[in-house]
Amino acid sequence: MSDYQANKTLPFRVEFIRQLRRRRTAVAFGLMILLPLIVVAAVKFGPSDDDSGDFGGGDLDLIGLATNGAGNFTVVMIFFATGFLLTTVFALFAGDTVASEASWSSLRYLLAAPVPRRRLLRIKLLVAMSLNFLAILILISVSYLIGLLAFGNAPLLSPLGGEFSGGEVVARLALIGCYVYITLLFVSGLAFYMSVRTDVPLGAVGTAVLLVIVFAILDAITALGDLRNWLPGHYSQAWTDVLSPEIVWGEMAKGFASATILFSILITAAFLKFDRKDILS
Amino acid sequence: MSLRRWVALAVPVLFTLSLLNVPAIGETAPESITISGAKTSQTDSTLVKLDSDLYLPETTPAPAIVLAHGFGGNKTSVQVLAKKLQAAGYVVLAYTARGFGNSTGSISMNSPEYEISDAARIIDYLTGRPEVIKDSNNDPKVGFAGGSYGGALSLMIAGSDSRVDAIAADITWNNLTTALFPQSAIGLDAPGVYKQLWTGFFFSRGLTTLNLENPRCGRFALNWCALYESIAKSGTFTNEQAELMFKSSPASTNTNITAPTLIMAGQADSLFPLAEADANYQQIKAANSDLPLKLIWHSGGHDGGRSETERLNNLTLAWFDKYLREKGEISTDFEVTFVPANIISANQPDSSAIVESAPIYFGLSNATQSLPIAGPPQTILAPAGGAPAAISTFPGIGSIGGLFSQQIPSQTAFFQTAPLTENIKIIGSSQVELKVSSPTLQTDAVLFASLRIVGANGSSVLPNGLVAPIKLPAVSNQPTEILVSLPAIATEVKVGESIQVVLSTTDLAYRLPTEPANYLIELATPELAIATASTKPTVPIQSGWIFVWLTIIVIIALGAILFLLRPRHLTSDSNSDIAEIPVVINNLVKQFKNGPRAVNDISYQIPAGKVVGLLGPNGAGKTTTMRMMMGLIQPTSGSVYVFGERITPGAAVLSRIGSLVEGSGFLPHLTGRENLELYWQATGRSGDSNLEVVLEIADLGTAVNRKVRTYSQGMRQRLGIAQAMLGMPDLLILDEPTNGLDPPQIKAMRDVLHNYVEQGKTVIVSSHLLSEVEQTCSYVVVMHRGQLITSGEVKELLASRSNMRLEDFFLDVVGDDLTIGKT
Repeated sequence: MSDYQANKTLPFRVEFIRQLRRRRTAVAFGLMILLPLIVVAAVKFGPSDDDSGDFGGGDLDLIGLATNGAGNFTVVMIFFATGFLLTTVFALFAGDTVASEASWSSLRYLLAAPVPRRRLLRIKLLVAMSLNFLAILILISVSYLIGLLAFGNAPLLSPLGGEFSGGEVVARLALIGCYVYITLLFVSGLAFYMSVRTDVPLGAVGTAVLLVIVFAILDAITALGDLRNWLPGHYSQAWTDVLSPEIVWGEMAKGFASATILFSILITAAFLKFDRKDILS
Repeated sequence: MSLRRWVALAVPVLFTLSLLNVPAIGETAPESITISGAKTSQTDSTLVKLDSDLYLPETTPAPAIVLAHGFGGNKTSVQVLAKKLQAAGYVVLAYTARGFGNSTGSISMNSPEYEISDAARIIDYLTGRPEVIKDSNNDPKVGFAGGSYGGALSLMIAGSDSRVDAIAADITWNNLTTALFPQSAIGLDAPGVYKQLWTGFFFSRGLTTLNLENPRCGRFALNWCALYESIAKSGTFTNEQAELMFKSSPASTNTNITAPTLIMAGQADSLFPLAEADANYQQIKAANSDLPLKLIWHSGGHDGGRSETERLNNLTLAWFDKYLREKGEISTDFEVTFVPANIISANQPDSSAIVESAPIYFGLSNATQSLPIAGPPQTILAPAGGAPAAISTFPGIGSIGGLFSQQIPSQTAFFQTAPLTENIKIIGSSQVELKVSSPTLQTDAVLFASLRIVGANGSSVLPNGLVAPIKLPAVSNQPTEILVSLPAIATEVKVGESIQVVLSTTDLAYRLPTEPANYLIELATPELAIATASTKPTVPIQSGWIFVWLTIIVIIALGAILFLLRPRHLTSDSNSDIAEIPVVINNLVKQFKNGPRAVNDISYQIPAGKVVGLLGPNGAGKTTTMRMMMGLIQPTSGSVYVFGERITPGAAVLSRIGSLVEGSGFLPHLTGRENLELYWQATGRSGDSNLEVVLEIADLGTAVNRKVRTYSQGMRQRLGIAQAMLGMPDLLILDEPTNGLDPPQIKAMRDVLHNYVEQGKTVIVSSHLLSEVEQTCSYVVVMHRGQLITSGEVKELLASRSNMRLEDFFLDVVGDDLTIGKT
């Protein structure tokens, strides 16, 4: 007993290896690499269109700019991924972490080791959020690399006018990545809370994804008017403001507050629940 | 679900629904009344009946505000603003103008004799209401507000009835002739190009009720009906018609206004463009320079644009608060909304546009900056019959942007600046000087000038879809020089973008000549005079910080909650007297929610250095007790002490226990060895793990390097025992350890456990194989239905019953109401 130190239980590194070696982790990261590959293949080898590349005539076109260069291609990949793919991946990493331990029965042995309950949740949350971060990082960097190989290093054309080049492109893409990560905090928090409540990993992930879809549907009902501003995920597309010649922060500040506050509440609830939960799995 | 949980669920749901339906506090339904207006017509002196709603505030008397609706609307069109003003404490009267809805009479387009006189009768009516504050006997404290048709009415009643105390007019006209026949060639008095699509669209909205006597006129007064038909046919107007339109325009009364006036104009308005609001402002200012007068250019308008309804309603309320109640402050600064180019996230109407202001309004054409502009002389064609025509805006749909807008190359001439080297704010009407000629003489030549912004990538945007029509009385082969006032806009042109001046011969929204022609267009001077001014953001850019601070405060609060509710380990949880005893259980009870009392008041001690058997049939509470020993389940009451330390979740003494309860738990995607290595690293212990020793006990051979997913149940069981023994803990708790083991392995396991206790350590084993327990254990604890039956040395328990086997003893003590099996 004398050699036991609570703050050395379940080190971050150990939990990270335990999660990283899982097949679902490889699949999720694989999807992040596959998405830009599929899009490049579709553009390069798909049926050619005489009008492709022509986006004049006053249109504000995000997608049409994809083949302009690495920067634009990356922006379009983020645009594609934020809808459903990243939501699912975030829900997976955060939602399956505690529930899958319960389903493998390994949770009780960790707690009996004893890994203090709050420490267990803290480490698991840190690892899940790191994997989420890695997912976005992989998506952005792989998209940029593939875009570079396929379309070259043209300056990032903003559909809103103006263009960025060099370090400015990297800075803007990094900012977009950070904001997307923040807006997805709500999904992560919800999935993590469900993960603590249930012993069924798919239940936790599914509940989170389902609720996000429900909120997205509600957000599309214009009759709800200003009430929609209070819906989680309402500001999830505000990252496009980063593409303005001068970044407009207002919407993103609201999105940051909305996602971060909900995340904090859900995580607090998860900790309080887990403090006193009878582990029957 | 229990009643309490239903209630807990229902409360937030009902609350949310209530936000959708139930009127806010201080809001009562309006009283529907009919007010007599002025006479119906020249020939019919009966008074028109004006269908009205009166909204009374909570406390009266209060100042009154009359709300006038837009063309084609009725008294309910303004109810959002009415309720807002009512809630703010005003008596609000919304009425349907004559010729609309349930009011009688016919439409005279805000004629002084009719609609404006009706408004005066409304003021008379308010004089008679005790709820309205009076300035003097026959003069209520009253303001007027409205948009479009109602905006013109507000300006005109303020210009003809001195009892009006404040007004707010949105997107309205100054003079119908300039609004419907715009002329953008500066200095030309001739009527401009007829705005036929808008005019026809509005006329049709007055035809919704069938008029049997005169079906072509609907609810229009006959003189207005005749005027419409005449101008729609000819595309121009007579002096007499101009006089009629002037009398129905604020331009005829603006010089008499003495009430503080808020003028709001829409940038997305091809019907009543900013120039109309500018004219209203200039006329009122010229007549009474001391009058509080405020002009704003918002981003909405008849073409839609970005709605700023909430901001405009707030401004209107602030204006009336200041000038009807002397409450609060509102500056008379000019305000202009810059719609940022980020149209993609434009689903938030009120927020992401930036409002800037200037202390003094600088006029529509403050052309203080000049840019070189270039382009060769170009010949453009006016097609015979006026078709095909370019499309810029569409009444009721508005600027249609890139989707359908079309330019026709043969009809269009371009002149362009170089890409900008610094950002320029365009605020108002820029100007360009052109020369126009034609090989053959053309009378009433029509041209359209517009200003487009061309991005670095070649895409071009026509701000708000606005064009400036020009009508030249005569164009010959001698060039005519004209100074063109381009559409008034507010936008920032960025570095790298260029400004394009576009001249074309057609636009679908206007009356076009049918005679074919070709024109040579060239720049008279190679300069574009940019309307610009210095404006400052009204809202600090950093307003987003409030949300960041809010977030930080919430996180700190939640952190404090987590800290205060943290699980605590108390010093009273230690008892050094029993530090040598592996397990001491005192009055332990576990009552599951909605379930059985799994453990019912049991107390016993487990001595050190023995293999102890925990026996009992299904449901005896053995596993629940073991889980409480491991800190996985919280006792309802009573306590478990291990080596003198009370067991709580995560208690440090748990590190002296190794356990296998209800099957092993491994990560299927890792090998057996990796599982044990990572588990040991997760236990936070720094001593010797004895990994090789326990792996030998598990006897998995090379399978130890295979993924656990591929293991049989017995292999997992052996690996589970090995995991429990990692680091050789002082107390080993094994639940059915022999599950899945074959007889030789069971024998080996028995030896392992006997060797284990010889080192002074303790093992607790639960099993349903009583003969197995008899061979392995020297001490037993017998439980049944959550209660302790007996405990003691096997030898002592059996001593009194000669030749009895443990199985017989067991049946003897628990009775025969059981099936012996796995717990």
